[in-house]
Amino acid sequence: MTTTQLKDPPISKRLAKNIKRNFVERVIEIILMFAALAATFITLGIVYILVTEASGFFKEVSIIEFLTSRQWSPLFEDAHYGILPLISGTLTTSFIALTIAIPIGTVAAIYLSEFASHKTRETVKPILELLVGVPTVVFGYFALLFVTPLLQKLNPDLPTFNMLGAGIVMGVMIIPYIASVAEDAMRAVPMNMREGSYAMGATKFQTAIRVVTPAATSGIIAAYILGISRAVGETMVVAIAAGQQPTFTFNPLEGAATITAYIVQVAMGDLPHGSLGYQSIFAAGMVLFVITFVFNILGHMARKRFAERY
Amino acid sequence: MMKKNSVSEESLIKPKTLEEVRAMIRSHKRNDFIFSSIGLLTITFALLTLLILFVDLVMDGYPKLNYQFFADFPSRRAANAGILSAWVGSSLIMLVTFITAVPMGVAAGVYLEEYAPKNWFTDIVEINVTNLAGVPSIIYGLLALGLFVYTFHLGQTIVTAGLTLGLLMLPIVIVSTREAIRSIPVAIREAAYAVGATKWQVVLHHVIQYSFGGILTGIIIGMARALGETAPIITVGALTFIAFLPPAPLTNVAPFISFEWLQSGFTVLPIQMFSWLSRPEHAFHINAAAAGAVIIMLTLVMNGTAIWLRYRIRKNIKW
Repeated sequence: MTTTQLKDPPISKRLAKNIKRNFVERVIEIILMFAALAATFITLGIVYILVTEASGFFKEVSIIEFLTSRQWSPLFEDAHYGILPLISGTLTTSFIALTIAIPIGTVAAIYLSEFASHKTRETVKPILELLVGVPTVVFGYFALLFVTPLLQKLNPDLPTFNMLGAGIVMGVMIIPYIASVAEDAMRAVPMNMREGSYAMGATKFQTAIRVVTPAATSGIIAAYILGISRAVGETMVVAIAAGQQPTFTFNPLEGAATITAYIVQVAMGDLPHGSLGYQSIFAAGMVLFVITFVFNILGHMARKRFAERY
Repeated sequence: MMKKNSVSEESLIKPKTLEEVRAMIRSHKRNDFIFSSIGLLTITFALLTLLILFVDLVMDGYPKLNYQFFADFPSRRAANAGILSAWVGSSLIMLVTFITAVPMGVAAGVYLEEYAPKNWFTDIVEINVTNLAGVPSIIYGLLALGLFVYTFHLGQTIVTAGLTLGLLMLPIVIVSTREAIRSIPVAIREAAYAVGATKWQVVLHHVIQYSFGGILTGIIIGMARALGETAPIITVGALTFIAFLPPAPLTNVAPFISFEWLQSGFTVLPIQMFSWLSRPEHAFHINAAAAGAVIIMLTLVMNGTAIWLRYRIRKNIKW
């Protein structure tokens, strides 16, 4: 004890060193904090850009026309600015995609979580995760050159660009995502709930449907909501295969532009900065951002509620 | 749900003959079998569909997949067209993306897990990160168009595209960094503190090193996603027909490193595929299929590596 005390420098020097050390620590913490703040700045940046560019648009176009007119033709001589056709296109393609992805994704999740052997699950789960990462432009190829020709054999009147083919492929694309997230939620239900159910003489199917699924509801709903958000925001599949003509229709056999497809279409052509057509993509983008934002927050809340329960 | 439960309770209470009980068990077992078959069929069907689609794509593009395809510029004649400018553009943009998103993402993840106090401010940052991961990629494109192209006047260049994809990748890196750090037990940190380490020393020498595998997984997945992203790159103004390469980053005159390539126009693999796909001629669709096969291979290999890495980490490390 005494020897170490003799070796130590005088207390004032040790404190000086501490000051330097504390200062460095503090600086590092502040740098790291700014990195974390960047995430907030991105959201603020998105909102700022969308609002400023769209406000130029809304100076020329009344919000009432924007929300009620059934014609969207900002690039034509006879310009109309009603977002409804783009929304109908977005809703139709998303609806087709979800009617495919939600049932199949849910059944796949229940099977993987409750019925599949350990080996099957360990093989299929990584494959699902792998499929989630496939770029969407590739799925656009499938929709245009594989699924649509196939559908045209069944119905020769089907146009080359149609919402049905795009919606189906988008559904297939979202299945792995919904299955994977919903399966995670069901696996998180504690084992003793299943054991309790089995002990009462319930079969696997009864346990899965009446015990595990209700217990994991908010987690499964989070999977659905995130799936919806993905379908609504999906761009390349619809831009390639659903057509670029804004039409107010809910008929899947017709082609129609979605919000995202319209943005891509305008961005491909070189519109001058500050023109009304240029600003219109920000107005459309704002609608898209608001829709997906609401779904993301709902999904986040459902997920958090689920995580708190178990 | 309520109604079903009450019905089944009634049927349980009602006295039953042995035959009835046996019939009930049989039907329940049958239900089990039926559902398990449906589940297996569904999964097989979904995976098979995707497999057929991929095989179809590779078969379509197979005739084009040779060395020449990687060494040729795009061309008006489908037979001569290749993806040289596309893969060079993709690689350079990935470099910019990596340099911007990785340090920032890891730093933000470390801050949120290790430093951030529990208060409303941290909550807001957290909700932000979760929300950003779900924002459609085309919105990032609009942000980049308004901010990088027209406010910062960076132009429709490689640096703009790299920064855009960097923003897109940031939430993925942050989330995976946090998950990796969270799995490290507190005891490790306490041991380091006990021998006099400062907070930053604990983070740098222990936390980051032990969670490196998990962080790497997130980085690879984020890079794979950035590589395949098309929509935001279209909005910031990628060109679809580029018959030149950006200036080389290394030169033979001092100072040997040039940053001119950052200012160059560009195209990337998915854009090249999209532009061939938008043409009506069938010959260009074959090129699109070949480009698609290259993109799928790249992303599958990257994601596969990441998933393999994650499973290995989970298996090997038992704290």
